[in-house]
Amino acid sequence: MGFISQHPVLVASIIKIAVLLFIVMTALAYLTWMERKIIAHIQSRWGPYYVGAHGLLQPLADGLKFLFKEDITPPVADRLVYTLAPFLALSVGLTAIALIPFGPPDVLIPVLRQQAWSVTDINIGLLMVFAITAIGVYGVALAGWSSNSKYPLMGGLRSSAQMISYEVSLTMSVVGVVLVAGSFNFNEIIQHQKGAFWHWNILGLQHGAFPQIIGFLCYLTAAIAETNRIPFDLPEAETELVAGFHTEYSSFKFAMFFMAEYANMITVSCLATILFFGGWLSPLPESWHWQIFLPGAGLVLLGIYCAYDTLTEMRGIARLQLAVVTALALGGGLLCLIPPVASVIQGPFWFTTKILVILFFYIWLRGTLPRFRYDQLMSFGWKLLLPVSLANLVITAFVMIWPWLRHG
Amino acid sequence: MSFVPISYYLVLSAILFGLGVVAFVFKRNVITIFMSIELMLNAVNLAFVAFARAHNQLDGLVFVFFVIVVAAAEAAVGLAIVIMLAQNRQSLSVERVNLLKF
Amino acid sequence: MSLAFILFAFCALLAVGGAVALILAREPIHSALALILVMVALAVLYLLLGAPFVAAVQIIVYAGAIMVLFVFVIMLLNMGVEEHTDFSKIAKFAGVPLALVLMLWVGHWLAHTPAAAAVGTSANIEPSSTEELSKKLFQQFLFPFEATSVLILIALLGALVLARKEE
Repeated sequence: MGFISQHPVLVASIIKIAVLLFIVMTALAYLTWMERKIIAHIQSRWGPYYVGAHGLLQPLADGLKFLFKEDITPPVADRLVYTLAPFLALSVGLTAIALIPFGPPDVLIPVLRQQAWSVTDINIGLLMVFAITAIGVYGVALAGWSSNSKYPLMGGLRSSAQMISYEVSLTMSVVGVVLVAGSFNFNEIIQHQKGAFWHWNILGLQHGAFPQIIGFLCYLTAAIAETNRIPFDLPEAETELVAGFHTEYSSFKFAMFFMAEYANMITVSCLATILFFGGWLSPLPESWHWQIFLPGAGLVLLGIYCAYDTLTEMRGIARLQLAVVTALALGGGLLCLIPPVASVIQGPFWFTTKILVILFFYIWLRGTLPRFRYDQLMSFGWKLLLPVSLANLVITAFVMIWPWLRHG
Repeated sequence: MSFVPISYYLVLSAILFGLGVVAFVFKRNVITIFMSIELMLNAVNLAFVAFARAHNQLDGLVFVFFVIVVAAAEAAVGLAIVIMLAQNRQSLSVERVNLLKF
Repeated sequence: MSLAFILFAFCALLAVGGAVALILAREPIHSALALILVMVALAVLYLLLGAPFVAAVQIIVYAGAIMVLFVFVIMLLNMGVEEHTDFSKIAKFAGVPLALVLMLWVGHWLAHTPAAAAVGTSANIEPSSTEELSKKLFQQFLFPFEATSVLILIALLGALVLARKEE
């Protein structure tokens, strides 16, 4: 007990990291489910349906499959680097999520009195997230090199060259937001977007702000290229380079690359919501006090839909599984309707909703667009995206300096 | 102890610098020699930041910023030269680049 | 044995271990990885010394861009040229002990300067603010700042011209 009271920050951080790790790993698994279902529906088919009700246990089955597959290491591969690369990719991908605030900083953990919704609160949070994603390039480059084979090497080199090229545009497109908010601190950037949804940085219709729509579009494009997703995934496309830099990887190491890609997607979506869409703020004006019941109401509606599905469509064991989901949804919804819980859960609810919308957009792009050729990709990144983000930076800087150009 | 004295950081900086000198003198691969130069620059950066904390001024940090920028420029040009060297001599060993030796 | 001291000891060990690994590695790619480890350890030490902006710049620029350039060049040149390195004989018997003497002498001298007796990191120092650093950079050090921009431009042009194939 003495240790806990003497080091509240350390103990609270350990608890938060453990909880966040568990939640993020589950979210990664179910992000794969979401992706498969959405792409399937775009392509007029169903996607995973039989492993658990509506395919909800498919990620579990995939995880078990990856664990039990044979782990093949090519004999000519560089052992140390070959094993290091996926660990580096995954750990770096997960570390960036520690800096993200999921809710307001004034909600405290009961005994330890530390912030409940973010693991850390650094003054240069934004720079640190970019620093961590900069290290992520190594996972890809080293994986490609250490496999000691043609296709992975080409895929690794191309992929890491793409990542470092788009990293420049990514950082440039975000500086406009920093200029508007005047700080790198995530909480201050979010506080600057207080109000309703027209105060968010993407619309920026408040005193002392400038709309960052161009910044958001540049950021989104650079982020999709940075995470190696379609339309920018030539280095790891199956029809082009076998599987790119992770050709020679099997079972758990491949699963780690897979998870690292989704973790990067989640990080980039979290950044987009914080910087451009107001983070954990709600889109409705603060004077509408009934909005604290929205999370609970949403969960209850989901529970009712699941109940309807259980009773009408499902058969056999899927019915039992969906009944469990219904019970969880209804129970959680009713719990969130209690006012103390509802006011605490507001921040994370809106944050999660916005992340899910952006992830849906990501997956939608994957299902719809063809890919760029590699030289088109590189010339797009350097010759179009970087000048546009620089122009956005210069225009925002001019507007912020001259008061008569700003709103009010 | 509840604090770490600045002298510990300075000794660490000296050790890193010394190891950089050892790597510079004794390695034969051009790229590794280049990396030992970067190690020495990093050791000097650590000394600068330690002194900035000791004197409670920010000038040391500004200088670290410039050292990092200059190291970036030097690495770019130096590696371009190394690539040309490798293409011309078909080897990365400094012992092969001795045409100007008398 | 406060948390700051444990963290300092851990990062110092990582940094020295990385530097030794850079010397002892047989493949240049392992040396590059060791140097990246040194840079990340140093970034944590900068955080301990109350310079978060410099730590972030170190990771973004040094470990995240310059070392990526090194790794690229090693990977590209490895495709054609094989060169492992090893110590020469005189190094093992005369060189390394002399280098150790040099290090210890410089370290002793540095540790006994007047500034070195100052209190270092404690649990509640004020980290340097980015705003003050940028004010200094853009007011007092404006000319060096612009000069380094020109330097980077020259380096960019130089690298482009040098690395282009003869056509």
